Amino acid sequence: MKQTKSTKHKPQTKQDGRKNTSSGGDFSSKVEAYRDQHAHALFSSLGRMVASPFASIVTIVVLAITISLAGGFYMLVVNLQQLTGSLEDSNQISLFLKEDVSDAYANKFADSIKDNANVQSVKVISKEQGLAEFETYSGFGSAINALEVNPLPIVIQVLPKDTLEDEQGLVALFDDLKRSPEVDLAQMDMQWVKRLQSIVAIAKRGTTLLGLMLAIAVIFVTGNTIRLEVHNRRDEIVIAKLVGATNSFIQRPFLYSGFWIGLVSGVMAWFIVTIMMLILKQSVETLSALYQDAFKMLFFSYGETFILLGISCLLAVLGSCAVLQFQLRYTKLN
Amino acid sequence: MLKFEHVTKRYNETGDVLRDVTFHLQRGEIAFLTGHSGAGKSTLLKLIAVIERSTRGQIILDGQSLNHVKESQIPYLRRKMGFIFQDYKLLQDRTVFDNVALPLVIAGYGHQEIARRVRASLDKVGLLGKERKYPLALSGGEQQRVGIARAVVNKPQLIIADEPTGNLDPELSSEIMTLFENFQQVGVTVLIASHDLFLIKKLNHRVLTLDHGQLVAS
Repeated sequence: MKQTKSTKHKPQTKQDGRKNTSSGGDFSSKVEAYRDQHAHALFSSLGRMVASPFASIVTIVVLAITISLAGGFYMLVVNLQQLTGSLEDSNQISLFLKEDVSDAYANKFADSIKDNANVQSVKVISKEQGLAEFETYSGFGSAINALEVNPLPIVIQVLPKDTLEDEQGLVALFDDLKRSPEVDLAQMDMQWVKRLQSIVAIAKRGTTLLGLMLAIAVIFVTGNTIRLEVHNRRDEIVIAKLVGATNSFIQRPFLYSGFWIGLVSGVMAWFIVTIMMLILKQSVETLSALYQDAFKMLFFSYGETFILLGISCLLAVLGSCAVLQFQLRYTKLN
Repeated sequence: MLKFEHVTKRYNETGDVLRDVTFHLQRGEIAFLTGHSGAGKSTLLKLIAVIERSTRGQIILDGQSLNHVKESQIPYLRRKMGFIFQDYKLLQDRTVFDNVALPLVIAGYGHQEIARRVRASLDKVGLLGKERKYPLALSGGEQQRVGIARAVVNKPQLIIADEPTGNLDPELSSEIMTLFENFQQVGVTVLIASHDLFLIKKLNHRVLTLDHGQLVAS
């Protein structure tokens, strides 16, 4: 038997002695054999899963639904977040003018606002423009037409300068405009953006917690499946142990089984979430149209898909590993 | 090759199963281990395979004491031995080839080396043409020969057989025994637990007799 390079240089240790007795061939053929063992475990575990699909399909469906719950909530938060993200810079102030203010006066008032050093731009929406927009987007067009007079007030949209980032300055400007005698009602978009943001923050935290719980569920479900498989293949394990198999050799196919279960469940979960989002897509787009297409639905990106599958595999392997550590130690040979 | 020095095995439930057992098997020696049911034959074999550990005394295999072998070292130790069982312990869902190859796969041999050695081993037991068969398609005697091929494929120095002929008729039994004698001739130590007294007498090898846990003749 040839010796490996490392055994030539190091003093003979227990480990080296062990290697000499345990396997044949030189270093490269050992590496090859090790690779073969892994490849064999990888494909034999897949083959076993395919050969008895019913046993694994129950687990996989349960896991896929569990993972898709977490994935679905994640996508919900991502979409809400991009909604608030796109609104983040809309610190716009809307001034609803009193009914008796004329168009000409409104324009003059708008010009005076524009002179304010803190204001970037001003847009006047006349009663007619407002009505036209309302008819187009609200779907209440015919109801509006039934009214004899236009009930909408003139609106002035004030966009503060970007330099006015701090909230105090913004509030000061808002209060200043609100006090003008022409203004009936002043509204700062920022306020409801803030509210939405805090709702999203709660949703995000909730999703994280839910995700953690579901991750634990994935670990336990996979663990239990692997436990059953170990139980079913007990004879094989006993024989392998008797002819000198190490625990890591025995574990390997089961760990790969866990990996496959995780991967297939992850892929299935991806499809579940994506199909559900596709079903919702049309209603969301209709809703988005009402808000001047402010919102585009986000699906799983490549990176997110990769992470989703990675986490599914990792959790499943983790669950299998935990169970195997326990099971193999207590597999008695007699 | 295999040395027992004042070995005692005590179970909490049943008391002493082996008491002060001492014997020494030389390299290339063949010996029967016999005795009534419950005399401690199986326990003695389990101590050699380190499935159980002795309560007192020393067991030395090829110069290495089995008393203090670490749990993680046991698999490597078992690769030095070949085990043969009364119920053959074959994997029913694997071919004859795969069954015999198992110890080599575990030990990490490359597939060419595995194929070569498995064929050589099957040739020795006369089953070269049946590599692709599944164990259930074979007769009892053939299945046991697959078990033997698996036990010797890794070229062990010691073969432990637990009632290898227990399920076989006399003719097949003596065929199996001839195989063991062939291995003995190439320097392998063979220990056969058996209560087939007729066979034991006929073969005229060393006999270790256990009676209630004590070695009464060796």
